[in-house]
Amino acid sequence: MWGVEPILRIEHLRVEYPPNRRGELPKVAVKDLSLRVYPGEVFGFLGPNGAGKTTTMNVLLGFVHPTGGEAFLFGVNVKEPIARQRIGYLPEMTYYYRFLTAEEILRFYARLFGLSSVEADRRIQRLLKLVELDHACRRPLKHYSKGMQQRVGLAQALINDPDLLILDEPTSGLDPLGRMKVREIIQRLKNEGKTVFFSSHELGEVETVCDRVAIVHQGELKVEGRVEELVRSHQANLEQVFLRIIGYPTSLAA
Amino acid sequence: MKRCMALTGVVIRELYRRKDFYVLFVLTALITLLLASIQFFEDLRMVRYLREVTLLLIWISALVIAVVTAARQIPAERESRTIFPLLAKPVSRGEVVMGKFLGVWLATGLALAVFYGFYLLVGTFQGAPSSWLLGFQAFWLHWMMLAVVVSMAILGSLLFSAPSVNSTLCFIVVTGILLLAGHLNIIAGSMPGLWGALLYGLYFALPHLELFDVRDLLIHEHPPVAWGAFAVAGLYAAVYTTLFLIAAWWLFRKKPLST
Ligand SMILES: Nc1ncnc2c1ncn2[C@@H]1O[C@H](COP(=O)(O)OP(=O)(O)O)[C@@H](O)[C@H]1O
Ligand SMILES: [Mg+2]
Repeated sequence: MWGVEPILRIEHLRVEYPPNRRGELPKVAVKDLSLRVYPGEVFGFLGPNGAGKTTTMNVLLGFVHPTGGEAFLFGVNVKEPIARQRIGYLPEMTYYYRFLTAEEILRFYARLFGLSSVEADRRIQRLLKLVELDHACRRPLKHYSKGMQQRVGLAQALINDPDLLILDEPTSGLDPLGRMKVREIIQRLKNEGKTVFFSSHELGEVETVCDRVAIVHQGELKVEGRVEELVRSHQANLEQVFLRIIGYPTSLAA
Repeated sequence: MKRCMALTGVVIRELYRRKDFYVLFVLTALITLLLASIQFFEDLRMVRYLREVTLLLIWISALVIAVVTAARQIPAERESRTIFPLLAKPVSRGEVVMGKFLGVWLATGLALAVFYGFYLLVGTFQGAPSSWLLGFQAFWLHWMMLAVVVSMAILGSLLFSAPSVNSTLCFIVVTGILLLAGHLNIIAGSMPGLWGALLYGLYFALPHLELFDVRDLLIHEHPPVAWGAFAVAGLYAAVYTTLFLIAAWWLFRKKPLST
């Protein structure tokens, strides 16, 4: 691994949100976070709700500007829009344009990447099949169920055939079948040699697909490493490691 | 530019799939037809009165469409959170502002073209044709004025988070300018001291939207506007539009977009 250029690099990231009321202190969402993700890895970014996972991803995408530190994608500072040319992003919860059909949404995003219409059509057909929406692709999104919208989200994240996928809680709010489908897609992307950086607070699904994980709590990186190594060194399964780190008495959790 | 056009396409598609916009559009078109088709052509004063009412209706309706749709664009993207997958693409925030502006401006231009088309067509059928050249000029100037209004509303949508507040303020400012801006210098002259100076400043800084209003020329069948003046008016609108869009981009550029 070492010597290879990281595909995603975060250096001493700090993010503060301005206080809601005057006189309050700013809310520190991320503290001195450094992280590297290498090509071909599936990296699980874990932490309880409010740990700072979404905030970190928002920095990578340029939605939120860091208070301190820097972040790079493919060696390009995330301040530059071009850093996002080769990434695919699935937001935590999103509603897509309700008045467009799945096909139109994907075509719109394809145009933002400058794809030719022939190439775009080819990819759209393939992606709609992959996420199993080919039967519904001509209906406006307002008639879609939540699971279907999530799958449109996955399809749009893949439209540019990205090398790096950033998925914010891709399985939250889905039923067991939906979760399994998402896991399958992540596994398939990994087999294609893509890098996947995804966040989750559900541990069971992480062990099976991740090469490495990082656990954050209250904005700070607590541990980072290969899943097997963490399990070995803590003599516990990933869920117990996680609960111990966030300060939950594991005797209760077991 | 390709990316701006993609954004523009989405704005226009949304507008023709939304029913509220359609209702206003169809209603105005219908009333225009109705008013213009009443047979009063023996009486010149009556003809002129009807023309005036029709044109006023077109002005109000176009203003509502322009302000309401422009004010909604960016707040709606944020509220429905579509802004996140959008900005995760290699598209800059400047391109988003530009794409939204072009979309709203083109859509209002289309609506406006239909309104003026009706107005001129019906006049022709009724045997009281207006000059098509002047009609075109009136449409064009009106559209240029709406470019200023649309860019102002987009700027407003980044200043005031509630679209209704922004829309209301835009209506007040635009109607205020249309009714008063031309007389500000006279009012300023009659006021002593600081207030007079302030009003003079305002008189020179404000975009004089009333200059784009050639309804009287249409109603009273004047000859077309001189092309030189026409071109200067276009340039004048372009300057204000550019300034507003740059200010909008400036505000949007640094805005954190968190959940
Ligand atoms: N826009 C915001 N303004 C103020 N505080 C925020 C904002 N967004 C998130 N936070 C706070 O920052 C912390 C991290 O949030 P987040 O990154 O969403 O966590 P996670 O995605 O891990 O659940 C939380 O305590 C949250 O309350
Ligand atoms: Mg989150």
